[in-house]
Amino acid sequence: MSESSGQVAKGGVVTELVTDWGEDKEVFKVHWGKAMMWIFLLSDTFIFTSFLTGYMKVRTSSTMPWPNSSEIFALSFGGEPIPLILIAIMTFVLITSSGTMALAVNYGYRRDRGKTALLLFITAAFGLVFVGMQAFEWTKLIVEEGVRPWGNPFGAPQFGACFFMITGFHGGHVSGGVIYLTYVAIGVLNGRYEKKGYDIVEICGLYWHFVDLVWVFIFAFFYLW
Amino acid sequence: MSVSDTGHQEHPLSIYLWIWILLFVLSTFSYLVDYFQFQGALRWNLIIIFMMLKAGFIVAIFMHMTWERIALISAILVPPLCLLVLIILMSIEGKYTKFQRATYFGLEEAPVVEHHGKKAH
Repeated sequence: MSESSGQVAKGGVVTELVTDWGEDKEVFKVHWGKAMMWIFLLSDTFIFTSFLTGYMKVRTSSTMPWPNSSEIFALSFGGEPIPLILIAIMTFVLITSSGTMALAVNYGYRRDRGKTALLLFITAAFGLVFVGMQAFEWTKLIVEEGVRPWGNPFGAPQFGACFFMITGFHGGHVSGGVIYLTYVAIGVLNGRYEKKGYDIVEICGLYWHFVDLVWVFIFAFFYLW
Repeated sequence: MSVSDTGHQEHPLSIYLWIWILLFVLSTFSYLVDYFQFQGALRWNLIIIFMMLKAGFIVAIFMHMTWERIALISAILVPPLCLLVLIILMSIEGKYTKFQRATYFGLEEAPVVEHHGKKAH
């Protein structure tokens, strides 16, 4: 599957790397916007890892029991509360949106404007659903459970600060992504990218997949730990 | 497929659909880890394995890393390795802080303990 290594790959990976960096011209043979998006995402990786590392530090150094996320985020639909069900649904919503995004990128390069725009709108809609569920979760925690950044009724007071910072920052990214996707989708519909090419769909796709990627780590470390 | 000279990433739809299904299955598995209340080393191993698989598939296929040139791959994937240093340092620091707190301030009780089963801390 690595046929994309292009013409330089004769001497293997090392030669390719050295040639690309030593050519005295562009290093990344991709659309400039894509290279920039990747570098932005790299910086975002550092931000989220710092958040999660800070959370780990605070949690491992706490002498009080850490609140049990499995119970806090349980929901009951009439009967017994199902542990963590809200978070599971949010995870599936985000993965579904990642799938529709991948398809949008594909149809973009096939210049199928209708399908691309439709898939982008669907992706943004799933993003909105996700943010809505997060708003519900926050409201429940703040209003009903009395969780605050400086304390909560379940245990270690640092729980609130970690929760609001990490999920808040991620939710902010999702919200920003919804606006970004909507903007691109409208552009696709209007034929704004007919001349420039549809790299923009792949670029905003990278951003959206990254948001999903971050959620994978938040789900594992914050909710399942 | 594959047009790396123009930077376009166009691949058969079936790849995306397969990865999509796979991500669903992996997410279900990681949820079931909590649902069936696996504990201890088994829980951790399962969580980390499912997490890494999901992250890997998203980056490799959905974000097209598999098909990129090595110059871009290395520029993006190598720098985060220094985050490992931060993580290791902070995990040592966390244990040390806890040890100091327990030694000088003693272990505290939670104000309201409402733990039904699971995790005896």
